[in-house]
Amino acid sequence: MTIPAAVLEPEASPQATAEERWRALKTVSPGDVVYRTVLTVFALLLPLVLVTIALELGVNAWPAVAKFGFGFLTHSTWDPVRGEFGALPLIFGTLYSSLVALVIAVPLALGCAIFLTEFAPRWIRTPAATLIELLAAVPSVIYGLWGIFVLIPLLRDHFWPVARHALSWLPIFGGVFYGPSVLAGGVILSIMVLPYIAAVSREVLLAVPPSQREAGLALGATRWETVWTVILPYGRAGIIGAVILGLGRALGETMAVTMVIGNRHEVSASLLQPGYTIAAAIANEFSEAVSDIHLSALFFVGAVLFLITIAVNALARVLVWRVARGSAIGSTAI
Amino acid sequence: MRHVIRAAATAAVGLVALAGSLSAQAEIRVTGAGATFPYPIYSKWMLEYTVVRPHVQINYQSIGSGGGIRQFTDRTVDFGATDGPMTDSQIAVVHGNVMHLPTVLGAVVPTYNIPGVNAKLRFTGEVLAGIFLGQITKWNDSRIAAINPDVQLPDQDIVVAHRSDGSGTTYIWTDYLSKVSPDWAQRVGKGTSVNWPVGLGGQGNPGVANTVKQTPGSIGYVELIYALQNKIGYGAVRNSAGNYIDASLESTTAAATAAVSALDENTDFRVSITDPAGAQAYPIASFTWLLVPKQISDPVKGRALVEFVWWATHEGQKYCNALGYATLPDRVVQLEEQRLKSITVNGTAVLPAGYGRRGR
Repeated sequence: MTIPAAVLEPEASPQATAEERWRALKTVSPGDVVYRTVLTVFALLLPLVLVTIALELGVNAWPAVAKFGFGFLTHSTWDPVRGEFGALPLIFGTLYSSLVALVIAVPLALGCAIFLTEFAPRWIRTPAATLIELLAAVPSVIYGLWGIFVLIPLLRDHFWPVARHALSWLPIFGGVFYGPSVLAGGVILSIMVLPYIAAVSREVLLAVPPSQREAGLALGATRWETVWTVILPYGRAGIIGAVILGLGRALGETMAVTMVIGNRHEVSASLLQPGYTIAAAIANEFSEAVSDIHLSALFFVGAVLFLITIAVNALARVLVWRVARGSAIGSTAI
Repeated sequence: MRHVIRAAATAAVGLVALAGSLSAQAEIRVTGAGATFPYPIYSKWMLEYTVVRPHVQINYQSIGSGGGIRQFTDRTVDFGATDGPMTDSQIAVVHGNVMHLPTVLGAVVPTYNIPGVNAKLRFTGEVLAGIFLGQITKWNDSRIAAINPDVQLPDQDIVVAHRSDGSGTTYIWTDYLSKVSPDWAQRVGKGTSVNWPVGLGGQGNPGVANTVKQTPGSIGYVELIYALQNKIGYGAVRNSAGNYIDASLESTTAAATAAVSALDENTDFRVSITDPAGAQAYPIASFTWLLVPKQISDPVKGRALVEFVWWATHEGQKYCNALGYATLPDRVVQLEEQRLKSITVNGTAVLPAGYGRRGR
């Protein structure tokens, strides 16, 4: 690597102007070119992988797209023998079980995060946070086994006999309860997404400046009022991000869900009935899908899951953006 | 320091030489992929075969029957394996250049959990089809009670459990139900995955077995091997001769013996042996097949593959029972010998004319 003399010994050529020196600095060394090229390739590689996945899904799904069209999204029959495929139960089951998971996990996770940042005694904060995050390290098949051996018997033999009298008039608790169900899938998922939502929310709440907290308290708010009116609104963009992260995890979870959800291609509003999710169906049927149209239908439904996750992420971006803008406007108003 | 480097260099050279000599020994690699059901016996065979032929290395990946057929069709593997035979259109894709060779037999048994009932239940094909179609919904239904006069059956709902993952077990089960029930054949049909009229889906044999174990009033189906290994009770099924047969390795082989006695010399082995004629035959059984090309392009690999299949269907059979697989009947082995001798490389037979005569 050669360094221009003008840079090293500016006094050697007294007539070198500032412009000349600047030009010498701008000359590009070959090392820089290599470095830049390598980084560019790396940067392009990831989007390329994404594009390749999308293309691969599209190409393989095409026979099913051509055969079933939009009807694929609205029909409920899934008959590999006759080659008739409709993915409505899978799409519905994916969204429904994830919704159940969020309904259970978000209050719990936010509660954990608020408690650990605002109320818990100092000595308990770090150990408790670590334990919650450890939940994320448990392999999903372990959650599935726990679901089969502990959760399902618990729900069927202890929760439902007691809760039946209070809840069975609700349509979402209709029908006979055998155990494997959307409810069991949703509960398992809620435990699996909880550490993500709790950990990210906790970081977000920790990042709220102490001055905000002190200001709330100085205005005469109780600690709870400070949390509710100052700290949560301050961190809401981050908290929404945390929830979406959890949702993304729930939509794509496969193993634990398929072990407890009952794997039935049926749309039922009742949480007690078995359901199915896209990821579970692909994992279950892909390896033994003998006919081409069956395989193609699985690719098609995979592409649908891909689009759903993209839509969820886009929604998250919009939400975070709007919330962030909203808080900015709010702060200027004050 | 220099000593250390020299020692390391020497060790590295030694390792390379060692690796070289190892790979020189295992110079013929034959790869296959497919069905998961026979994987335990196939891996046992591959292990034992390294003693018989140290220079031949057989690789098998249990990726599922569908994957096995696809990889065989794409010629990314030397042989495939499947629990359900290839269809005519799939065979047309490979221009007919495929041979189905049965290796072992599997059976599928009905398992149930009825509170208060410990006796072995009896089933007929019609009753099983009725239950799995959702037409028989109570355990004390007269159709079940009629064939189980000695058992006090409760007034309990029947919960059906089936496999959620595509599987050869499902293929055998639905193939049997299609044969014994026209209603089932018309409404559901047979396949590795089907559109189940009723029931809960469990993942794999353990998934179904656990659903049955934990759900009062449930009935499901699992592989005989799985039931034997895990000591799960199962029901007897009436065969076409009218006898209620307990599934066992012997009654499974009996099913194959009965079914193949009706086959002609030139069978392609793509036969279903469910609901066969024999008096002692268990009716829900099936072959599992290897897919081998009729004309092989690589003479070295071809010879190694054909010899391996020969060994597996002869000496290899002695490992079957310990692993819970039923052995092939003699007649099938004889027919397979003819098939293996008809495999060619560039127009000439892979095996010499008198092959195997000494060994038998």
